[in-house]
Amino acid sequence: MAETVLPKLEVTAQTPLAEGAGASLIEISNLSLFYGKSRALKDISLSIRERVVTAFIGPSGCGKSTLLRCLNRMNDLIDGVRIEGSVKIGEHDIYASDVDVIELRKRVGMVFQKSNPFPKSIYDNVAYGLKLQGVKSKSELDAAVEQSLNGAALWDEVKDRLHSSALGLSGGQQQRLCIARAIAVKPEIILMDEPASALDPIATSRVEDLILELKKDFTIVIVTHNMQQATRISDETAFFYMGELIESGPTQKIFTMPKQKRTEDYVTGRFG
Amino acid sequence: MEAQSLKSKAQSHHFRTRQFDFGSFFFSGLTGLATLLILAILAVILGNIIVNGWPNLTWHFVSTIPKKDFFDPATTGVLPMIIGTTIRVFVMTIFVLPIGVITAVYLTEYAPTHSPVTRIIRAAVNNLAGVPSIVFGLFGLGFFINFIGRNMDQLLHNPGPVWGQPAVLWASLTLAVMTMPVVIVATEESLKAIPMGLREASLALGATKLETIIRIVLPQALPGIMTGGILAVSRAAGEVAPILFTGVAYYMASLPGKLSDQFMDLGYHVFVLSTQSPDIEKTRPILYATVLVLLILTFALNFVAVLIRARVRKKLRALG
Amino acid sequence: MERHFDNDLAELKQKLLTMASHAEKSVSDAVSALVNRDLDLALAVKANDEVLDRFELDVDEMAINLLAKAPLASELRLVTMAMKLSQNLERVGDEATKIAKRARDLSKEPPLKLQLEFPKLSGLALGLLKAALDSFVQKDPAAARAMIPRDKEINALHKQIQAQIIEHMKQSPDNIQRCLHLLVAAKSLERIADHATNIAEEVVYLYEAQDIRHADKI
Repeated sequence: MAETVLPKLEVTAQTPLAEGAGASLIEISNLSLFYGKSRALKDISLSIRERVVTAFIGPSGCGKSTLLRCLNRMNDLIDGVRIEGSVKIGEHDIYASDVDVIELRKRVGMVFQKSNPFPKSIYDNVAYGLKLQGVKSKSELDAAVEQSLNGAALWDEVKDRLHSSALGLSGGQQQRLCIARAIAVKPEIILMDEPASALDPIATSRVEDLILELKKDFTIVIVTHNMQQATRISDETAFFYMGELIESGPTQKIFTMPKQKRTEDYVTGRFG
Repeated sequence: MEAQSLKSKAQSHHFRTRQFDFGSFFFSGLTGLATLLILAILAVILGNIIVNGWPNLTWHFVSTIPKKDFFDPATTGVLPMIIGTTIRVFVMTIFVLPIGVITAVYLTEYAPTHSPVTRIIRAAVNNLAGVPSIVFGLFGLGFFINFIGRNMDQLLHNPGPVWGQPAVLWASLTLAVMTMPVVIVATEESLKAIPMGLREASLALGATKLETIIRIVLPQALPGIMTGGILAVSRAAGEVAPILFTGVAYYMASLPGKLSDQFMDLGYHVFVLSTQSPDIEKTRPILYATVLVLLILTFALNFVAVLIRARVRKKLRALG
Repeated sequence: MERHFDNDLAELKQKLLTMASHAEKSVSDAVSALVNRDLDLALAVKANDEVLDRFELDVDEMAINLLAKAPLASELRLVTMAMKLSQNLERVGDEATKIAKRARDLSKEPPLKLQLEFPKLSGLALGLLKAALDSFVQKDPAAARAMIPRDKEINALHKQIQAQIIEHMKQSPDNIQRCLHLLVAAKSLERIADHATNIAEEVVYLYEAQDIRHADKI
């Protein structure tokens, strides 16, 4: 009888992190946000590590989307918003007076809850950010469009109709197009605000798979109200309630052994 | 046995036929009647004009520059009036579209929502829409001709009044001021109809507000802007009061050649024919024909504009 | 907010509690049968083993159904620990059955004249099991932690008894058969104590969210 050879067991002390992950990329320090007199974010301090997926969870109105939008200063668009505290991305406070918001948004991309492709062709959608930056060469644009659509797992589906309207795509495809559009400008960080909440389960699963691929190259922060989604795709989770950060840490710990009772109650669905 | 009891049960749930609904019938009858009435009035007006004007609508009529006595059907023509009306509408459009669109863009995209300045601008636009046409005419005379025109002449050291008198330019500008609210409102509506998500997506990719407006917002709003333009053209083509003091002439021997020239106008000519004619019986056919020409011209201008807008819409839809 | 899921969890917990009390009773009956040479009681314990097997299947089925609803945090811990607890309790039942079988066999033979601290061992083991199950019922992880070191005492006593029986076997080879029965029964008691310790560790994880299993070895 042939000898059965068992594979050698390797003992590792902990589960290894993704390559390159670990260092803190975004340092949020004592961040508060005011809409006029009312305080939407209360003294938030949080570290977001590079090349991991960080999930923001919490009930409606807890401030998770507001905090997300602070990271690329999209809250500047709202009248009467005031910020206290700082958000440092790689040592630079993005709220300093000498910061060019346009440059910031090229380095911190965003994908929205409701997919919002431009009423242009698929090609023009993906190329939009690059054209803004002055890229004119057709070959350069072609290559970038293909690379981004590949990165968003959409290339095979649309490569024969790049110049047809983006609005002719299905919901899930449109959202992946928005992701392709965002990664085309090669940001370091991608912010996603409930990117799959409007999609059916199959499309959701494809977007989630995509996120797991993307985290090899990008730092991703995702707002989600779907607990199972957070457990599936995030490495770290931060739980917010009424504008405050209640608890943050490795996703596994937050969802199996949360420290705070409010976290426990939210995660087991007792409110939200 | 089972089947029978089931059947009778179904019958007991039989929904009674409705009583005759007088309210609905009456209301739909009323709306139908109203529509018919409007169509009837339109038919009568148009019918009257077409029936009486068509026989006199000859190629000669449309292509001749008339002599000073244009009440004589044999020698009269309306070419200068056609040219004059067309030119003034055209020049008006060149001024009113850019200024109207830029104002609307400012109000929708830049102005802080609740500031007093914004409210004043909005109030001004609304009030402008309610000003009577003749007042615009007086405004044109006082501001464009007497103030700006005269000062232009002084600056340019013109020996005699060139700009300080009625001219195509001033009439067109007066019309532009008059139709400005229409363009502003139509543009604002089409800008507001564009979802915020598109702007956010553009900004999140590192575009400035201006780039977003030029690359994303305005192209989407183009059909709406053109609707504003069409409305402005429709209104302006038939207006007479604003051009009375600002540029229209009772008679000109030649066609207008430069912006400082006066011009003849179809609408005004109708007024002249009906009030100044020595022999109204003789002039009546010309009158009808002129009115018909005015209507055809207005429809034609509208039609061209609608065609262009349809092309733009189709292009937008093909690309998205 | 009352949810149907809360009812399901409560049902699961109830089933576990019932199973625990059955297991406890099996052990104390088996020990009683051994010490008092009660044949009928021994047979009754053996017959009851089926009940605990059935319980394990039921608990596992309920737990799987609850897992499908993707519980999190303390609810997740409860469901996964329920599956582990049911397995431990079923094994406790098996050990009780083993003791009952030995009690049955021993009762058919004349009693051994051997001074052993068997009652003390069985008392300690039963006490440990009871303490572990109480800590689960009372949601008292501190009590669970506290009882874990007591296992050492039982191990020491077991070794002592084992040595005594082996010594006796060397001296009186005729009694080997009966001594073997006692050895097996003693071993079963030691195993019951081990299972009780496992249950206590699981109780700590459930209520404190600390995984202290295998802490002394890793």
